[in-house]
Amino acid sequence: MKKNAPIRKITLYIALIIGALVSLFPFYWAAIGASNESGKMFSKPPTLVPGSSLMENISNLNAQIDLGRVMFNSLFTSITYTVLSLLICTMAAYAFAKYQFPGRKTIFTIFLLSMMVPYHATIIPLFKMMASLGWLNTYQAVILPNLAYPFAIFLMRQNLLAFPDSLIEAARIDGAGEWKIFFRIVLPSMRPALAATAIFLFMYQWNSFLWPLIALSSTDMYTFPVALSSLFGLSRIDYGQVMAGVTIATLPIIVFFLVLQRQFISGMLGSAVK
Amino acid sequence: MRVKAHVPYLFIAPAVILFSIFMLYPIISSFILSFQTSTGGEMAFNGLDNYTRLFSDAIFLTALKNTFIILIIQVPVMMILALIVATLLNSALLKLKGLFRVAFFLPAVTSLVAYSIIFSIMLMNDGLINQILAAVGLDAIPWLSNPFWAKVSLIIAMTWRWVGYNMVIYLAGLQNIPEELYEAASMDGASKIRQFFSITIPQLKPVILFTVVLSTIGTLQLFDEPYTLTKGGPSDSTLTIGMYLYQTGFRYFDFGYASTIAYVIVVLIAILTAIQFKVTGDDK
Repeated sequence: MKKNAPIRKITLYIALIIGALVSLFPFYWAAIGASNESGKMFSKPPTLVPGSSLMENISNLNAQIDLGRVMFNSLFTSITYTVLSLLICTMAAYAFAKYQFPGRKTIFTIFLLSMMVPYHATIIPLFKMMASLGWLNTYQAVILPNLAYPFAIFLMRQNLLAFPDSLIEAARIDGAGEWKIFFRIVLPSMRPALAATAIFLFMYQWNSFLWPLIALSSTDMYTFPVALSSLFGLSRIDYGQVMAGVTIATLPIIVFFLVLQRQFISGMLGSAVK
Repeated sequence: MRVKAHVPYLFIAPAVILFSIFMLYPIISSFILSFQTSTGGEMAFNGLDNYTRLFSDAIFLTALKNTFIILIIQVPVMMILALIVATLLNSALLKLKGLFRVAFFLPAVTSLVAYSIIFSIMLMNDGLINQILAAVGLDAIPWLSNPFWAKVSLIIAMTWRWVGYNMVIYLAGLQNIPEELYEAASMDGASKIRQFFSITIPQLKPVILFTVVLSTIGTLQLFDEPYTLTKGGPSDSTLTIGMYLYQTGFRYFDFGYASTIAYVIVVLIAILTAIQFKVTGDDK
């Protein structure tokens, strides 16, 4: 077995490098498309190096969809959603993990079971509800529906179970109130888990498509996925422009992920197997 | 130390209230809607008519069939690839693990719409993939314009997006398998391949079940990719139940019938999940 080690190692690296290239290539190609003239994507041989049309593509794109506005819509809804949902879900998760109270099991089970119900089963009543409230085409229509996200509650609860009860007890003996314990002692020590859940929530909202597609009707309210989809649905597609849009929409989420990926992956690793 | 009895309820109150309004109420409401039809703007009960209508609705049956074909092929292909990548990444011989992990995971952070657009441009008739095929002397493939290849395109794109996601979950599972099991097997002369099938797979069974259930739920709700990549075509060959629900509800505004389709998805998920638990003998 020992003498095979170098060969095995080389095979391993070759397999992984090919896999990683396949994984990353579409991103690279989107960026190439964004920086070249529209037709270049179909030229023979294919263009695989950056061009000089990035600014032109972006300004063409900006003429179709108000980029600043779409970026604001996406960032505003995603950040607001992430902050509120993180707080609401962590509070609930903390109660499920650390308090004994009548109804605890039942309520938690209902949350878990709802993860099995497809999103589709809720969108029609949600649409009717938002319509009767006059909330269609508003930020709250995009932000509100999934704030109590059962998976986030589950994820945080799994992580909070590991928080030592003795610390909570000690704080109580010192006379700290329950909210103070939660905000001053528990939350600060849960930073990695909170980061993991935050990326999860941000990604979910940033990328969400079906509900915003239904809830939003005017271009000035569009989030990135809806704006991109409307652009791609035009009868004459400017590919350079579309790829510029795809690249700009993808960049923030990749940066956000790369900055927090250590916490994210360890958070996922920590919760998935319990 | 005693905590006042109402405190835990204050902690869960925001979640429970929001959940009840935006999740429980819609779930129940759409169940009731699924037995109703709209007559002159008013919703009226029509018993099981919506449900019986499904069985004679050729488009629905096509969507159901498409969804299942994608499910049966895509989920196993993706799971096997994810398992292989996770096993390779878990190898003790490997350096730069973190870098590879990020590379494989990156597709999973992109929006479904964005990657579907990239794939649909790569897969066009004179697109990049066909040019590569031509360069190695193969015929161009009508990826998006042929009913068979459109399904293949969808499966390839979904696999690209989700392998890394499942890989991370498998990695977590792999790290929980005690090293001694492998050491003992090596001493007994078991090959790496043998160890994979006799130790890794059985030990990972609960994790595999978890990912299969998640992927099944995801595939039955499939919407973004066919909507962007193929628009359900050509000739409904990539129309999924999720897309048909959207069309029924928001193009034809037939909310009753659309809710019936939603509940078919609910029932299918419940049945398939129960079967998956049964088959793997895990009844927790």
